[in-house]
Order: sequence, then structure tokens, then C-alpha cells
Amino acid sequence: MATEHALTPSSYIEHHLSFNSQSIGNGSFWSLHVDTLVMSVVLGVITLGLIWWVARGATAGVPTKRQAFMELVFDFVDDQVKNIYHGDRHAFIAPAALTVFVWVLMMNAMDFLPVDWVAALVAKIGGEHTKWRVVPTSDINTTFALALTVWFLMIYFAIKAKGLGGWIHELFCSPFGTNPLIWPANFLFNLIEYVSKPLSHSLRLFGNMYAGEVIFLLLGLWAATGVTGTIAGAILGAGWSIFHILIVALQAFIFMMLTVVYLAMAQESH
Amino acid sequence: MDINFTLVAQAIAFFVLIVFTMKFVWPPLLNAIETRQKEIADGLAAGEKGRAELEQSSKRASEALAEAKVKASEILALAEKRATQIVEDAKGTAKAEGDRIITGAKAEIEQEINRAKEGLRQQVSTLAIAGAEKILRKEIDAKAHAEILTAIAKEL
Repeated sequence: MATEHALTPSSYIEHHLSFNSQSIGNGSFWSLHVDTLVMSVVLGVITLGLIWWVARGATAGVPTKRQAFMELVFDFVDDQVKNIYHGDRHAFIAPAALTVFVWVLMMNAMDFLPVDWVAALVAKIGGEHTKWRVVPTSDINTTFALALTVWFLMIYFAIKAKGLGGWIHELFCSPFGTNPLIWPANFLFNLIEYVSKPLSHSLRLFGNMYAGEVIFLLLGLWAATGVTGTIAGAILGAGWSIFHILIVALQAFIFMMLTVVYLAMAQESH
Repeated sequence: MDINFTLVAQAIAFFVLIVFTMKFVWPPLLNAIETRQKEIADGLAAGEKGRAELEQSSKRASEALAEAKVKASEILALAEKRATQIVEDAKGTAKAEGDRIITGAKAEIEQEINRAKEGLRQQVSTLAIAGAEKILRKEIDAKAHAEILTAIAKEL
């Protein structure tokens, strides 16, 4: 929106959608998105730290309002996990689900920060051309990182529950049957499943958050075109923000549910 | 789409957060909630038990009360009967005693009358003799006629 640089719409959007990337070695893989990392780690530490702080002083007697709120979140997650996973959920799956839910929710919620205010603040601190994206979940690296972590956990739990032999047996013998003739079909089927799980898991979240961000940017662009555009952009921006509350919460919820479902499925034998 | 080392860093951060939640966040909350649930369940059970006990003891109390009432009325009836009997007995005794006293008195009176009669007879005979003596001082021998006078006195 800063007009004195004679920004074009594409450069505006490009500026807002570029990462603060720092190279740490040769090749494009060896670089870090500092903005994504800092935002996500800070959010994770603040959110889970807050829950930890409340949980540390948790009492079995009459809870404080703080504790009651945390217990509400706890119960919400615990109920969802309880319906899906029937093993000892408190050992790993439920805490993991809580982590995923609150962390992704907070990362998604960064979308509510007005894009240009953030840009102005960053420009003030780091200089005019500093790039800084505040929504870690609109970085494909974040969503893939989460999905792949869940994917590895899924395989780990599958092997732990069935044994390595059992897991390989299942790769070839389910879902169609144990006949050697249909082993290839089974294996192909499982392969597709194992590939599609992390892809759909991560791309769903990424797509929703990225699209949300782009729409905010477009509305911001419109707001720069004059009085009419400012009013229309403000009204539509407010509308999109309100709708986005739903998307933010829903995507965090879906991400958590898929995590739980994948991890629960891994431990069930077919 | 540029996949880079951020992915690895984020995965590590994610894993660390999960472990942190698993070790430090989940257990205390779970513990607090489960302890409270257990306490509430225990409290409800104790309340239920207390209510049942109260019901039972109030039932027992009303039973005891009814029993006591029955016993009390029995005792009352018995006492009334006994009182009536005592009164009847007393009446009977009094009447017998009265009869005895009356009979005794009558006998005594009879005796007194007889004694008085005897006395009177004696005195009459004496009087008659005295009168006759006065009238017949000269011609009547007291000793000779005493026999006749005694016979007359006996007839009185």
C-alpha cells in the first residue's frame, strides 16, 4: 500500500508473498525461511507454554476460569480422539492431537493480522525491502513438515503395532487378499494410499491458508484504488475476515482429525 | 513452491512441541480432570448412599413409632382394665366390710338391748318389791312373797 514507491499490483503481491529466505549452503534446498520458522516457533512456544503454565498449577478442586478454559480445549480434543482411537490415547495420540490443533490454529490465526500493518511494522524494524510472512501455514514447508512428521509417526506406529513383518505383509496382502497374484495390486493400492495421505493432509491446509492470504491481498489492493475501493475493500475485508474465522478453526480441526485418523488407522490391523 | 530446509526445521520443531505436550502439558491436565471426575463420582455415590440410608432409617423410625403407639394403647387398655378391677375389688371389699361392721353393730345392739332388758327386769322387780313393800309394809312378808315377785318379773 505504501504508494511512494509506485508499486504495481504484481510487485505488491509478490512482496507480500515472498519469504524471508536465508541461504545456509549451496543449492536452493539449503535455505531457511526465517519468517516461517520464527513465527511458528514463537507461536508454538507461547501457546503451548501458556497451556503448560495453566496445567502446571491445575487443581482437581474448583478450577479457575483459566484452567476451565484449558480443560474445555483439552476435553474437546480428548473427545475427538476417544471416538476415533480405542487404545491408550493418553500415551501419545491425544497429546499429539492437542499440539497439532492449538499450534495450527494459532498459525492459521495469524491471517487475521492486517497484511499491510505487518508489512509496515516489518519495514520500520528491518528496512523497506524486508520480507516477512506471518502465516506459517501458508508456507508449504510447514504443512509438509507437519504432514510428513505424522506420516513417519504413522509408519512407526504401524510397525510397532504389527511388527515389521506384519506391516510388510499388510502392504502386499491388504485390502484385496493374500493370493500372490494380487500382491502387485495390493502393493500399488497401498503405495497410492501412503503417497496421497501426506499430500492431501498438507496441501489442504496450505491451499486454504494461501488462498485466504491472497484474497486479503487482493482486497488490500482494491483498497488502494480510491475512496470507493477503500470502502468496498474494507467491507469485503471485514466479511472475508469473519468467514476466515471459520476457515482458520475448521482447517486446524481437520488437520487434527486427519492426524488422529491416520495414526489410529496405522495401529489397526486390516 | 520451494521446498527447502525449512521443512526439516519445522518437522523438528513440531516433534519437539509434541514431546513437550506429551511430557509436560497433557499429564497434569489429565490428572486434574480425572481426579475431579473421580471425586464427583464418589461424592454422588456417597450422596446416593446417604439418601438411601436416610430413607431406610426414617422408615425404621416410623415403624418403631407405630409399634410404640400400639404398645402404648395396649398398656393404656390394660391399665384401665386393672383400674376398673381395683375399683371393683375395693367396692366389694368395702361392701363386705360395711356388712360385717353392720352385722357386728346389730349384734352388739341386740346384746345391749338384752342387757338393758335384763337390767330393767331386775330393777322392775326390785322396784315392784320396793313399791309393794311400801304399800304392804305391815302385812307382807318380803321373804314369803319374793318367789311370786320373781316369777312376775321374769314374765316381763
